[in-house]
Amino acid sequence: MLEIKNLQAGVEGKAILKGIDLSINAGEVHAIMGPNGSGKSTLAQLLAGREGYEITDGLVRYNGEDLLDLGPEERVREGFFLAFQYPVEIPGVNTTYFLRAAVNALREHRGEAELSAVEFLKLMREKIQLLELDESLLKRSVNEGFSGGEKKRAEILQMALLDPKFAVLDETDSGLDIDALKVVAGGVNHLKRADNAQLVITHYQRLLDYIVPDHVHVLVDGRIVKSGPKELALELEERGYDWIIEEQAA
Amino acid sequence: MVAPPHMNAEDAVDRLLAALPESDAAGRARFAELGFPTPRDEDWRFTPVKPLTELNFSAAPVDADATLEGCVFAAIDGPQLVFVNGHYSEALSQVGELPAGVEVRPMSAGDCPAPPAPEDAFGALNAATVTDGPFISVADNVHFETPVRVYYLSTGSNGATVNVRGYIRAEVNSQVTVLESWTGKQAGYFNNATTELHAADNAQVEHVKFQDEHTGAFHVGGLHTALGRDARVAHHSLALGGRIARNNLRAHLNGTGIEAVLNGLYLPRAGQLIDHHMVVNHEQPHCDSHEYFNGILDDDSRAVFHGRIHVHKGADKTDAKQTNKNLLLSDSATIDTKPQLEIYADDVKCTHGATIGQMNAEQIFYLRARGLDEESARRMIMHAFAGEIVERIQCEAAREELDRLVWDRLEQMGGLVAA
Repeated sequence: MLEIKNLQAGVEGKAILKGIDLSINAGEVHAIMGPNGSGKSTLAQLLAGREGYEITDGLVRYNGEDLLDLGPEERVREGFFLAFQYPVEIPGVNTTYFLRAAVNALREHRGEAELSAVEFLKLMREKIQLLELDESLLKRSVNEGFSGGEKKRAEILQMALLDPKFAVLDETDSGLDIDALKVVAGGVNHLKRADNAQLVITHYQRLLDYIVPDHVHVLVDGRIVKSGPKELALELEERGYDWIIEEQAA
Repeated sequence: MVAPPHMNAEDAVDRLLAALPESDAAGRARFAELGFPTPRDEDWRFTPVKPLTELNFSAAPVDADATLEGCVFAAIDGPQLVFVNGHYSEALSQVGELPAGVEVRPMSAGDCPAPPAPEDAFGALNAATVTDGPFISVADNVHFETPVRVYYLSTGSNGATVNVRGYIRAEVNSQVTVLESWTGKQAGYFNNATTELHAADNAQVEHVKFQDEHTGAFHVGGLHTALGRDARVAHHSLALGGRIARNNLRAHLNGTGIEAVLNGLYLPRAGQLIDHHMVVNHEQPHCDSHEYFNGILDDDSRAVFHGRIHVHKGADKTDAKQTNKNLLLSDSATIDTKPQLEIYADDVKCTHGATIGQMNAEQIFYLRARGLDEESARRMIMHAFAGEIVERIQCEAAREELDRLVWDRLEQMGGLVAA
């Protein structure tokens, strides 16, 4: 479904990703772990189409298409989704209005009829229960004044509404207490199907107790230096990253 | 080449006084003494009135052919006063039956208290040469739910000068909403207006000024509010029109427990300058004032925001919040913003902030990452920026109409395509 080959990218001449290779199939959950500054968020942002990165080499194929050729909105319409690490606040844009516009943009692309306000509200009510979100948030401006936990849950609500084929979760667990983490992980797991895939980026092993990956990759200094089964995450939790870095150096 | 006589800015005061009908001699002398402000005058530093002084002044005439076609608030029921070129139009106005204690009439049809002493040349000119204007008064304990509409139509051009004065009084425990519309069809006319708003103890007043005049017209409008104890007053300025449009907003919080909101949106385009010059005086303790002004500037337009909050000695527990946010859609648009706090009391909470920026790239990326195309994303953010202000209008019918109208205007502005 997603194939990354020798992806190299940076900002203002400074290399951040130094040759990433990663292949993810439908039905799989992959986790990328790594120390701060290893390039995890750059990878997530770049896959979502943020401008400002220089891609110096490599390619990203998504369902056979060149993902990097598509604008951010085109990626979403092809079923790609990024849950942001830091969702931006947009004062004045009503959350319900925004979500309905997003859902309808996707429906239009698929040749489906727009959802009326009433139809959309029904769909949204169903989804917010999944995330245990307070309905009053939907009347507020996008992410404005939301707590950290509310922002992350709102991201997964958006994921539920857009029903992506491929979702990247960028540190969705950061800053969450254990109850909120369970709710968010429950939501993500609920959206898991045999025909979609998820890439979970995290700093902490804790999340992987709730979202169980098929494969764990360790990203250090812009390269995936080790990949393994889910048990690798536990080993990282116990031993930290230094042994891998040393193993690499040796 | 010798400039035609009316192009001479030097004798503008004399030409203007000669053009207007004989009236209050002392006021005329006062205007002559003060003269038109120059950029050396701190309060007018960013708003040069030279183009105004070069007009070929005349007194704007009575015009029986004017219509309300295309004006806002047409779907709202209730009393309406219409002034064409500063003259009351009986044909277009409709007052109808009013509840006891509510008075809605042209000022010329009865008595009206004298205006406050003018603080500048425009005020002096207005006081000396005013023709007419709305008189709206609501007695003690009367809640008048129906909005009162006031239309100012200008049909003149090239120097046609209008001096109008509005008077709104809400007595103790009363409530009233006033919706003003300012429009004109031709370039070069000059509207010089003052509005006095008196809200007595515990009165509630909402005042909307929708100014969408010809982009070649001149507008100087003063709003003077005097507020009593526990009064709750909201003024909304939607400034869309004029070559130079200057709004002098003066608020005096002379009682305790007042809540005053000054809320404004300006959308200047090519060649326009829109200026809000605000002074809020906190004279008593326990008052809240909030000033929110957002501007979206296109082309080579200019806007000026001056916001002074003056907390007088003894005005403890003042809570004053002021924001001025500007979105520049073009590299050649200019905003001059000048927030000022003067605090002479000890226990107060005062904040102010001004922002000037292009469209926020993070926000646009976020919306695109949810499937909205770039144009829709920009549109949504621009709408939000304006909506923040429009949303504060309590009168639902006015709010909804102005929201649509502002939206249509934004659609015509740039910034919807990638920079």
